[in-house]
Amino acid sequence: MPIECKDVSFTYAPATAYEIHALKNINLRIEDHEFIGIIGHTGSGKSTLIQHFNALIQPTSGTILYNGEDIWGQNYNRRTLRSEVGLAFQYPEHQLFENDVLSDVCFGPMNQGLTREEAEPEARKALLQVGFKEKNFLKSPFELSGGQKKRAAIAGVLAMNPKILILDEPTAGLDPRGRDNILDQIAELQSVRGITIILVSHSMEDIAKYTRRLIVMNQGEVVYDDAPHEVFSHYEELEKMGLAAPQVTYLMNGLKKRGLPVDLKADTVAEASKSILKALREVDSPLLKEGGSHV
Amino acid sequence: MGIIKALGLVFDYLKYDEEGNVEDTQRAIDDVSLDIEEGDFIAILGHNGSGKSTLAKHMNALLLPTEGTMWVEGIDTSKEEKLWRIRQKAGMVFQNPDNQIIASVVEEDVGFGPENMGIPTEKIWKRVDDSLKAVGMLSYRNHSPNRLSGGQKQRVAIAGVMAMRPKCIVLDEPTAMLDPIGRREVLDAVHELNREAGVTVILITHYMEEAIEADKVFVMDNGKVVMQGSPREVFSQVETLKSYRLDVPQVTELAYELSQAGVKLPQGILTIEELEEALCR
Ligand SMILES: Nc1ncnc2c1ncn2[C@@H]1O[C@H](COP(=O)(O)OP(=O)(O)OP(=O)(O)O)[C@@H](O)[C@H]1O
Ligand SMILES: Nc1ncnc2c1ncn2[C@@H]1O[C@H](COP(=O)(O)OP(=O)(O)O)[C@@H](O)[C@H]1O
Ligand SMILES: [Mg+2]
Ligand SMILES: [Mg+2]
Repeated sequence: MPIECKDVSFTYAPATAYEIHALKNINLRIEDHEFIGIIGHTGSGKSTLIQHFNALIQPTSGTILYNGEDIWGQNYNRRTLRSEVGLAFQYPEHQLFENDVLSDVCFGPMNQGLTREEAEPEARKALLQVGFKEKNFLKSPFELSGGQKKRAAIAGVLAMNPKILILDEPTAGLDPRGRDNILDQIAELQSVRGITIILVSHSMEDIAKYTRRLIVMNQGEVVYDDAPHEVFSHYEELEKMGLAAPQVTYLMNGLKKRGLPVDLKADTVAEASKSILKALREVDSPLLKEGGSHV
Repeated sequence: MGIIKALGLVFDYLKYDEEGNVEDTQRAIDDVSLDIEEGDFIAILGHNGSGKSTLAKHMNALLLPTEGTMWVEGIDTSKEEKLWRIRQKAGMVFQNPDNQIIASVVEEDVGFGPENMGIPTEKIWKRVDDSLKAVGMLSYRNHSPNRLSGGQKQRVAIAGVMAMRPKCIVLDEPTAMLDPIGRREVLDAVHELNREAGVTVILITHYMEEAIEADKVFVMDNGKVVMQGSPREVFSQVETLKSYRLDVPQVTELAYELSQAGVKLPQGILTIEELEEALCR
């Protein structure tokens, strides 16, 4: 089910002294099965934009279409929309309010009409998927560490089996293994179940590794919408917008300047490793001599 | 004894039933001993739930040990009459930039701490100036905090702590919510405080790259400190770190993969420049 934004603008507190033009004339089309990244400086409008996708925010002007239908049209069923387009919030506190974690995660599916008995298996599955330990299922959300809360909040959205999954900085505050595990799980949902994923992130490394299309927001506008390695080739412009490229991109550019014929498109560790090995062979580097034995 | 010292520190979170009896306990710190030198820049790493925040809260007496002792500048934190002195010696900055700022103007927010401490007004303004300057936010003194970027808000929060002139500042994932430049700004500000003002810094983070600039790295696992050493010592142990659910900076990982594939590289490469240098020799 594609989502389309047509000339979407949004203003917080219009016609007051606190007026903020958070989105300016956004035009976008998100196709089925995409894995899209959104990056932008804090305050660039990322969270505001994605809340438009499941009708939590109504645009000040412009139209949002879901599967070709205007989601703010008369008689449009936004309840169904919200259960198909799942949004995991940036701050898990905004999402956790039940007595225990399991009940919290059951809340979404029960809201979709499941009984508690039917919801629980979905909830358990989702919690385990994000690496939440079974021994903590019955804890109060207040007794969790920061990263544990984040996991519970993501599970709450997964349990609703959305068709489109939007994650607002899902890995902020997660430990490195947790971050990789959750993103691997999400990538699998995308490739196996064909879910569309929209990932908002400040980690350029994660964006490079997982997404295939990258949207860059700057001061309420979309400034790039392209393949990640294309976007990262503009790293100097990105820095002016409060962003950066992955460490690997800087390394590859540095190596190229020093004359090593590496591929500047490589923006992940795996790609860089391959490209550097190839380049070292091409220049017959002494670093590969003595049979290339393991160190 | 260093500025922060823990000996046999244990902390249990208690869960009470309706009658107020302890129903359950959760051990969050399990026999931790450490000694931090004044002026050091320390990074603490560890998986989610490993006890980092719980340990940090002991450093300014927000939590008191279940067993063992924590000293801040030689003062035992469990001595209740010293609570205020301890809070002034070790300031805390947390993750979420939006939850830490109270006043509606930047300079008022920064002055709030010293005012509460009973510092005379003229001196408060001097402190506000000094602290805002130290984090590069002096020109924003009359701004409204809610119009600042995340990185700017965090720097104001740090200035607020600095205005109390602590000897030590504990930052619990201060950059987790920030964009790359915001992260850089906050880190630069903290390093500057450490270098220029000699403030001891304890930085909790999940970004491995932020730890490479520390003097010393502690790694926590299930309530225990399981590794400590210089960044180079710690990050050269790629497999051990992974077993604790952690990672190494991206360039370190790449250097490790290349050497596994037979490229002769020195161990423990931490920065882009080091790897470039090593590959283009
Ligand atoms: N208020 C609380 N009540 C009960 N248990 C708690 C409380 N806060 C934390 N815990 C538990 O104590 C342990 C350590 O938590 P702590 O918050 O110190 O971890 P952390 O290392 O800071 O994790 P993170 O990286 O996720 O922030 C965890 O098992 C957690 O569930
Ligand atoms: N609830 C709100 N009320 C008023 N202004 C807001 C609100 N939420 C966000 N803003 C403002 O809108 C702009 C975009 O914010 P946001 O969408 O949260 O950006 P991002 O998610 O990219 O950090 C910022 O200037 C921010 O201060
Ligand atoms: Mg946001
Ligand atoms: Mg914590």
